Amino acid sequence: MSAPIHTVHSSKSPTGRAQTEPPVVRRLLIAVALIFLALFLALPLAAVFSQAFEKGLTVYLAALKEADTLSSIKLTLITAAVTVPLNLFFGVTAAWAIAKFNFTGKNLLITLIDLPFSVSPVISGLIYVLIFGLQGWIGPWLQEHDIKIVFAVPGIILATIFVTFPFVARELIPLMEAQGKEEEEAALVLGATGLQTFFRVTLPNVKWGIIYGVILCNARAMGEFGAVSVVSGHIRGMTNTVPLHVEILYNEYNYTAAFAVASLLAFLALITLMVKSVAEWKVRQQLENN
Amino acid sequence: MKRVKFTTTLAAIALALSTAGAALAADVTLLNVSYDPTRELYTDYNNAFAQYWQKKAGQKVTVKQSHGGSGKQARAVIDGLEADVVTLALAYDVDAIAEKGQIKPGWQKELPHNSAPYTSTIVFLVRKGNPKKIKNWDDLVKPGVSVITPNPKTSGGARWNYLAAWAFALHQPGGNDVKAKEFVTKLLKNVPVLDSGARGSTNTFVQRGLGDVLLAWENEAFLAINELGPDKFEVVTPSESILAEPPVTVVDKVVDKRGTRKVAEEYLKYLYSDEGQKIAAKHYYRPINTKIPIKLAKVKLYTIDKAFGGWQKAQKTHFADGGTFDQIYTPAK
Amino acid sequence: MKFFKRHNNVLPGFGVTLGFTVFYLSIIVLIPLSALVFKTMGLTWGEFITTVTAPRVVASYKITFGAALVAALINSVFGVLVAWVLVRYNFPGRRIVDALIDLPFALPTAVAGITLATIYSPNGWVGRFLEPHGIKVAFTPLGIVLAMTFIGLPFVVRTVQPVVEEIETELEEAATCLGATRWQTLVRVIFPLLSPSILTGFALSFARGVGEYGSIIFIAGNMPMVSEITPLLIITKLEQFDYRGATAIACVMLLTSFTLLLAINLLQKWSRRHAE
Repeated sequence: MSAPIHTVHSSKSPTGRAQTEPPVVRRLLIAVALIFLALFLALPLAAVFSQAFEKGLTVYLAALKEADTLSSIKLTLITAAVTVPLNLFFGVTAAWAIAKFNFTGKNLLITLIDLPFSVSPVISGLIYVLIFGLQGWIGPWLQEHDIKIVFAVPGIILATIFVTFPFVARELIPLMEAQGKEEEEAALVLGATGLQTFFRVTLPNVKWGIIYGVILCNARAMGEFGAVSVVSGHIRGMTNTVPLHVEILYNEYNYTAAFAVASLLAFLALITLMVKSVAEWKVRQQLENN
Repeated sequence: MKRVKFTTTLAAIALALSTAGAALAADVTLLNVSYDPTRELYTDYNNAFAQYWQKKAGQKVTVKQSHGGSGKQARAVIDGLEADVVTLALAYDVDAIAEKGQIKPGWQKELPHNSAPYTSTIVFLVRKGNPKKIKNWDDLVKPGVSVITPNPKTSGGARWNYLAAWAFALHQPGGNDVKAKEFVTKLLKNVPVLDSGARGSTNTFVQRGLGDVLLAWENEAFLAINELGPDKFEVVTPSESILAEPPVTVVDKVVDKRGTRKVAEEYLKYLYSDEGQKIAAKHYYRPINTKIPIKLAKVKLYTIDKAFGGWQKAQKTHFADGGTFDQIYTPAK
Repeated sequence: MKFFKRHNNVLPGFGVTLGFTVFYLSIIVLIPLSALVFKTMGLTWGEFITTVTAPRVVASYKITFGAALVAALINSVFGVLVAWVLVRYNFPGRRIVDALIDLPFALPTAVAGITLATIYSPNGWVGRFLEPHGIKVAFTPLGIVLAMTFIGLPFVVRTVQPVVEEIETELEEAATCLGATRWQTLVRVIFPLLSPSILTGFALSFARGVGEYGSIIFIAGNMPMVSEITPLLIITKLEQFDYRGATAIACVMLLTSFTLLLAINLLQKWSRRHAE
């Protein structure tokens, strides 16, 4: 059983402490890593918050309570709520097929799954316009039947699914490949059904991959700007997601409000931290009880 | 965990559908697809029109706004964004929509004054006290003067800037196209950053502190001063500039389909009323009704038609691939 | 289905899962992307070549791919370091730092661009200290590298991190027992274990950088031939209602990224086999 948590490892191998770098090297490495992160991550985060709270908490809260802001938050939540489960389901199925079986064309398939990462956000929006737009393949038919895809919520969701498509699969495939299939085979030999094997054996093993995948997928789904911008239509209070609304506020010289709304998305990272900590804590409890 | 997520998804979708339904039940909604600098103008104007229409027709009208770069907005309408009316930066962009059949040809004659209820021009925004003593276009090409303007390939406003400079050089004694191109080339040498949109440039000038002068729409320059500090910037109006006529029109295909033609047409006509003109003036546009008092300086203005033979031609000569703008930036082989 | 020929295996569910994978992939990715190719086919071959080899377009490839390469290299070095430090060492605030890593995903790219410009522009928090030394970050190609590094970092950290967590300390202990120095253990034992994930992280970070638009336009300066990225040229084409020109350039980018990802996936497979 390999539970990929640092604390579990060190409790498992008491001599593990000796297997590390000398304290000087360790501190140096930590320092270098932290300086790098400070310059690239902490500073931008600080800049977002400092501008968000520049005019005090009251102005900050007022910016968030504004009607257009609330509707953009709602739209972003809906988008993520549809996107993440779909891509989660896809990621797990794809990982099962790819990691547990050998077949010709596997590398091609993996590469195709990666593809959305490398497609410029501008393009990921445009392709849906090319298909569903009025000048596109099925746009005229859609318009006749009064079905709106682009410049409406479905288009925003589609573009978001595209952009976040590989996340869960990408996390799971290497992990499941590394774990091999002996455990599953053993379970099957012992008489478990396929689904039982998946839920009782595979799933617990890849829990961390799934959690990482979902977190990344969710963060990106809520934060996507470029692709959504192309298919949104920018109708105030209707088709503006949080990132688009931030841009609008900024372009209205309403810097404080823009960064206040942007800080919501930065908070997402902190919520992520909580979810992960709670999950880790629970796993540790479980192990201690056993 | 998955099941919980799924139910919340369903709930969220149901919620979204029900709110969408509620919006449809309201009397009438219009969508005005516009370009960036008109946000404040139309926020104000929409309220005024709603009151007027309520009184006149007893109908509640809600006007939704969508703003962005003029070209991008035109594209969205072409690709199916259901705009009842478009109010864009240049006739060229409206022509592009008309080309696809969504707007009837000859739209520009439907409303008075080439369908432009207000006009504007290009002015300079400089730092307080005007330390580089920038008074007119020829000050912009002096060495050591840093000019901020967006990219004319991606910004409608920037095209006006470019053509204004060109028109100035053209109208100097002995001016011709060759000299004008030299002038604009020199000017662009002084540009350190080409933002993709007009507001991006304003932010570069104001927030980043880059440049000595920002070329901007007149209304944008005044708005920037009001929003960002009269103690930091001032507007310089050059002796001559270009006459910008941002056109408005209904999108025929959409209003006929949605049955909103009447109110959409009224919406645009009301822009020409005293009330509409006053609102335009308040937001530093130049109303076409000269009786409305304005606080803007007098400028000699050249029109696109006279100086450049219309937008189609100007676009082709200057901003299409291989046009003068590209020539200036592409190294000679 | 002949293409995906399965090999002997007792596990169930191959047909269903692979079927669904291919189906979903087609609906969401392949069919929409084919629209790009079809649109481009409206051009003649000559027009296509002229469009994608125009001097400004070629200059933009150099800038875009070059900056993405530099950014991905920076991320590979520092990303691995960060992943290692986060998993192996204990220091105050480790969890907070861990959470910070995902920030570039969560922060809308436009906000990232604006914020980076705020910090690194000549009057910014950091930029004002660099300016006197003649180092200009914002509004130069360096700004592009900066933005691409920012958005690509989580890809490396998050692909390497789980693998570091998986490494059995027994392996290292064994190596030490056999008389290897710490450095030898790192280079001979740990690095080979990490290299497939580093490669993946590098590839993803690179690919993401190449396509990035939102954050870069705020910090690049966008000067033709100097700091103009390829996605901006696509937008430029669209502004002229030249959809075909836009999709032509997009196809070139897509093909390049695809080839690169495929090569790296194959390389990774090879290196894994090599490691075993």
